[in-house]
Amino acid sequence: MAKELWKGNEAIAEAAIRAGCRCYFGYPITPQSEIPEYMARHMPAAGGVFLQSESEIAAINMVYGASGAGARVMTSSSSPGISLKQEGISYMCGAELPAVIVNVMRGGPGLGTIQPAQGDYYQATRGGGNGDYRLIVLAPATIQEVVDLMQEAFDLADQYRNPVMMLLDGMIGQMMEPVEWRHTPATDLPEKTWATTGTGGKRPPNIINSLFIDPDECNRHNQRLEAKYQQIREHVIRYDVEGLEEADLLFVAYGTPSRLARAAARLLSEEGIKAGVFRPISVWPYPYDALHQAASRDSVKAVVTVEMSTGQMVDDVRIGVNGIKPVSFIGQAGGVIPTPREVADAAKKALGR
Amino acid sequence: MAIVYEKSIGLTDVEMHYCPGCTHGVIHKLVAETLVELDVLGKTIGVAPVGCAVFAYDYFNCDMHEAAHGRAPAVATGIKRVLPESTVFTYQGDGDLAAIGTAEIIHAAMRGEKITTIFVNNAVYGMTGGQMAPTTLVGQKATTAPFGRSMEHYGAPIRMAELLATIDGAAYIERVTVTTPAHIAKAKRAIKKAFTIQEQGLGFTMIEVLSTCPTNWGMTPVEALGWLNDTMIPAFPLGVFRDVTKKEA
Repeated sequence: MAKELWKGNEAIAEAAIRAGCRCYFGYPITPQSEIPEYMARHMPAAGGVFLQSESEIAAINMVYGASGAGARVMTSSSSPGISLKQEGISYMCGAELPAVIVNVMRGGPGLGTIQPAQGDYYQATRGGGNGDYRLIVLAPATIQEVVDLMQEAFDLADQYRNPVMMLLDGMIGQMMEPVEWRHTPATDLPEKTWATTGTGGKRPPNIINSLFIDPDECNRHNQRLEAKYQQIREHVIRYDVEGLEEADLLFVAYGTPSRLARAAARLLSEEGIKAGVFRPISVWPYPYDALHQAASRDSVKAVVTVEMSTGQMVDDVRIGVNGIKPVSFIGQAGGVIPTPREVADAAKKALGR
Repeated sequence: MAIVYEKSIGLTDVEMHYCPGCTHGVIHKLVAETLVELDVLGKTIGVAPVGCAVFAYDYFNCDMHEAAHGRAPAVATGIKRVLPESTVFTYQGDGDLAAIGTAEIIHAAMRGEKITTIFVNNAVYGMTGGQMAPTTLVGQKATTAPFGRSMEHYGAPIRMAELLATIDGAAYIERVTVTTPAHIAKAKRAIKKAFTIQEQGLGFTMIEVLSTCPTNWGMTPVEALGWLNDTMIPAFPLGVFRDVTKKEA
């Protein structure tokens, strides 16, 4: 099929509709407002529901209700708005409801800036809401990957009855790239027998709930959730690695910085230094073992993490590398994007050159 | 012998946790009877709040969805928009609806969401142990207003029925109570009317029910009924505040 030029935010909205999403609730915030705008234009024709809510809090709770009622549903926002959604995300994890939540990250903390950043990594992967819960977090690096992952995001959410976050930096949301629409058939998914659709007088009531007032019961609920998260850790790891053969150095980066790392690797190759790029696509669950293996290669002398933050994913890199090679960090925050030259220089410093 | 009265099949057999003298049980019964009489129980999804009625999901014999504090109208919106043919209600207290969930209830009414809200106003936070609510009367004591609610410090209680009645999307708004058999009968008619209007798709409906809290008011159940009639009703007058089925005069 011919390639088409798509803006990231609009591509993600279109990909969601193609993935069978028929319900969107959201609130405007830069740099992701093209998502609700696109949904407002196209969701009615797809026979779905678009609703602009009074707040991000209301939006995530509408998602909570719609998901409970069995709909394939999503919301999107950017960093400060995602903060407001944390309560609802925690409830959805507790009540085990599927949904896709898109975060087109901008600079923080607080109101920060509207420029691209990756400062919400801890919030996405460690949980910004209360309690022991996990989100499946997917971090595409190109607009093609955005649209390819969207179907999978919805399917994983349904399969595991858990929210999935698409973690994009604002660069991915705002830029345009060629996209090829590939047909990705939905996987066989279990019927939503738990949904609150009305008993019809034919079955006992379904209850969507995250309250377990008895501590033993609440503990059992937590242990059961943890067992599910362990299944996810075993089955949902996604990553990409390139240039590993005889690499002197390993870059680790997700999203836009992974593309900066590739550009830096090209600069370094002109100076006779070979750099590989390890790119986590699922940042929860994190590909610790694959990273460890890549870093274990004899040729690799140093691991350099590149982020558009002051250093958050680098914690996971250190866990994965586990001391077998030195790990260093290069990054800029608050909407400033590191240049390939800066990244290449940081790599040389890490190699002692 | 003929059966003259039975517990509504709209309620489960789970034993309720409400305190002696609390009127939540009566209000649950009226909602359950209404759902059965309108023959909508099987297509009803109820949204339970955070507060004294948090376990309502165990008491109503229909599909139930437990919401975060104050968010019931947003959750109900999500459900109703996905299942427009269903009957959706929220059951919320005064802290839930008039404090933490003020935005959600106002905007659900503004959008004319075809849901019914049962708003139980007992002028106090019951579940957490008697703290001041936005509906606590001036001078009324609460654990966080130990000297009585001060007008200067906290302002006067908010009247949600009157406030929501100004919103075009609201189709029916009435305030009732359940302190006497006559009031209970009237409350039942109000609740039935609200659900009927929801079925007709005319817009947002809310019945505010003035309710007792003997435990946190520090009264016997009988004293609480009297206090509600004598002190709460003057501050929260009963009546219909909006009814789109009546032609404007």
